[in-house]
Amino acid sequence: MSGKERIGRRGFLKASGLLTGGLVVGFQVPLGQRAAAQAPPPGAGKLPPPNAFLRIAADGSVLVLLAHSEMGQGIWTSLPMLIAEELDADWSKVKAQHCGVAPVYNHTAFGFQITGGSTSTHSEFDRYRQVGAMARQLLVQAAAEKFGVKPEDCKTDKGVVTAGNKKATYGELAEAAGKLPTPEKVTLKDPKDWKIIGKDTKRLDSPEKVNGTAQFGMDVQLPGMLTAVVARSPGFGGQVKSFDSKDALAVPGVRQVVQVPSGVAVLADHYWAAKQGRDKLKIEWEEGPTAGLDSKKLREEFKKLAGTAGNKAAQAGDAAAALAKGKILEMEYFVPYLAHAPMEPLNCTVKLSADKCEIWSGTQLQTVDQGVAAQITGLKPEQVEIHTTFLGGGFGRRATPVSDFISEAVQVAKASGKTVKVVWSREDDIRGGYYRPSFLHRAKIALDEKGHPRAWDHVLVGQSILAGTPFEAAMVKDGIDATSVEGVADSPYLKEVPDHHVHLHSPKTGVPVLWWRSVGHSHTAFVMESLIDELAHEAKKDPVEYRRELLKDHPRHLAALNYAVEKSGWGKPLEKGHFRGVSVHESFGSFVAEVAEVSVSKEGILKIHKVTCAIDCGLAVNPAGVKAQMESGIIFALSAVLHGEISFADGKVQQRNFHDYLVARMFEAPLIEAHVVPSTGKMGGAGECGVPPLAAAVTNAIFAATGKRLRELPIHVDQLKTA
Amino acid sequence: MTTLTVNRKKHDVDADPSTPLLWVLRDLLHLTGTKFGCGMAQCGACTVHLDGEAVRSCVTPLSRAEGKEITTIEGLSSDNSHPLQVAWIEQDVPQCGYCQSGQIMSAAVLLREKPNPTDEDIDMGMSGNICRCGTYQRIRCAIHRAAELAGAGAKGGAK
Repeated sequence: MSGKERIGRRGFLKASGLLTGGLVVGFQVPLGQRAAAQAPPPGAGKLPPPNAFLRIAADGSVLVLLAHSEMGQGIWTSLPMLIAEELDADWSKVKAQHCGVAPVYNHTAFGFQITGGSTSTHSEFDRYRQVGAMARQLLVQAAAEKFGVKPEDCKTDKGVVTAGNKKATYGELAEAAGKLPTPEKVTLKDPKDWKIIGKDTKRLDSPEKVNGTAQFGMDVQLPGMLTAVVARSPGFGGQVKSFDSKDALAVPGVRQVVQVPSGVAVLADHYWAAKQGRDKLKIEWEEGPTAGLDSKKLREEFKKLAGTAGNKAAQAGDAAAALAKGKILEMEYFVPYLAHAPMEPLNCTVKLSADKCEIWSGTQLQTVDQGVAAQITGLKPEQVEIHTTFLGGGFGRRATPVSDFISEAVQVAKASGKTVKVVWSREDDIRGGYYRPSFLHRAKIALDEKGHPRAWDHVLVGQSILAGTPFEAAMVKDGIDATSVEGVADSPYLKEVPDHHVHLHSPKTGVPVLWWRSVGHSHTAFVMESLIDELAHEAKKDPVEYRRELLKDHPRHLAALNYAVEKSGWGKPLEKGHFRGVSVHESFGSFVAEVAEVSVSKEGILKIHKVTCAIDCGLAVNPAGVKAQMESGIIFALSAVLHGEISFADGKVQQRNFHDYLVARMFEAPLIEAHVVPSTGKMGGAGECGVPPLAAAVTNAIFAATGKRLRELPIHVDQLKTA
Repeated sequence: MTTLTVNRKKHDVDADPSTPLLWVLRDLLHLTGTKFGCGMAQCGACTVHLDGEAVRSCVTPLSRAEGKEITTIEGLSSDNSHPLQVAWIEQDVPQCGYCQSGQIMSAAVLLREKPNPTDEDIDMGMSGNICRCGTYQRIRCAIHRAAELAGAGAKGGAK
């Protein structure tokens, strides 16, 4: 990009020789410091600089720059839909691409560049539409000048401006439009005029994902690049005491062995040589703080803590006093640590020079990665460029507040002086920490004469995800990490309980923990929706009717519940041996209900036949994409229900690959019927909210089938045997 | 030096005969459509065809592939016209997309063996391929759809 180009109100559609040798007229993309200098401060209320988000070429093609990372959730399609709608673009000419890292791409709510919290589509709903509307306004103005008519006499449709019998394509107008000053104000379409938003739209990234051409971080190849694998401490936080690399260096293809803060890196011509070299390293480790870590002992400690008062996360009335009289139900629930295990093992490629650090990786957290890379290299943040590739799954693992896999690769590049791709093996991934934290819940509940809860004391014990991270100051208040208690402290059921108390213990164990698709809701929905089922049983009420009574003032919960229940045929006869369970939960601004239909054989073989799901996420920009996310969330949750468990013995992780860290496979996948509830409610997310309700829907169905109440995940066959 | 035939093209490869075919394809021939997922034949992301049979290239030594016809996802069609690719796009199957090369290569062998597979056949044939995005239901639908497309094609109908 030439130094003359500037981002500003003028020159929005600027002639640019960058794309195809000077023939193309288009919007320029700001990168690095220029964008930083021009970016409006977050919340300034100004229109976005559209050239950061959109290019229109002379051939009429429309390229949308994505401020968020595509990891399967479908923003590669939903964000372009927003621009295309207001632009009146020809959808067949729309393409997408990840942007670089720059403040202009900061999350509209969080103020830094991140893909997370199921926020991408709703947080960009205004910005991306505004960009499309601004571009359309300029193209119309250019057409009006060309036609000799007034702008209001022009119409736009599918990439063409017409006025009477005159017409011009966006491609033909792009250069002239680029010379006009960008508008100060735009008017967005009335939703009734939408042609793209709200319509089922096929993914734009499918063609390249069915022929092997989609570029993931793992696929990056650079001239002179070496591939590295890193030997990391067998226990968390251990340090290299000494190492011997002689045998490793003797492996054909191994070029270099360097020590980095996280361990010892072996660099080679290709992965296989690097891995073989690593196998031949001799390393003596200084044990870290988790020496002797043991899952059974950890659980005992959690249990002890649950018997003591913790930090107050929510309170009304006097739960202790209210529980002192009458019958009390006491229940304990437990979930283990879980790995994200995205299909693409973690990797990061780094090219480092005296004044620049280039990073290629599938990451969810560009701003933090950039800052960390700058610190390590001594460069300025704007000297760090990040090329975001497709992510082969993220689920939260590719957004570490400490940039673990990015910073390590930068360290390897720095120590070796080489352009290097650091690749994690699956074993490195499963054993590498950053797990969904294990949680123990204990609830004491008393019911009133209607069978509704009148007093509720709820203790949660589990590690804080945010403690010790740069997010702690902003997101941990009065000892409460909101991500630990979300789904309990703000439960719609608890709001109606006059005397309730939610306490939290956040023990420090040394195990690195992280957000795992749906974060706290991944365990709180299981516990809350199981407890409600237990209470319904105690009150001798139908689980659906009971929820309707308790949720009567929560219309969006009810809407999702009623929709799923109706579509599932709840109450209607089922095939012999089949039983249903229900669950409803709000997360990430969306309300999702799921009904599971299961059977359990005498031998304890569980079969999940069908899951009916309904989501109220407000407006669904791409309903087809939302349904796909419900299917995805349900299967992701199913892995945790059936199999997921990371355990520790003698300070080490006991699992290592997909043979002992099992995930759901085709033969276990139920039929899923996902419905989008028509809604005018506030927009919520879709990427995560399908996960939380599934576990309780399944275990509640198992209770209906067997009378056995499962208060722990994953489910074990021997818990289900009746023969 | 080993001579490999990949997607009908011959390549001379300088690597130890025990090197897994996966890394020869990816790191030496730069055919990166075949994916690394587990390294121990557990996830199926690395599935390729060896003389028409599906193998997990992460545990297939280079020596075993010598003299055989190797087909990778890049060799399935030049223009996304294979019935599985058509069906995959039509059914909006991919999400993150990382496992889909392996899924499609496994499905291709399944369809050759069972041109009209039942759901049980699909369970049997596809349970070696993991998808963490949970696209199983769409894969199932797409395989049925590809069977239809291939059947219609075989009868001289629409492609």
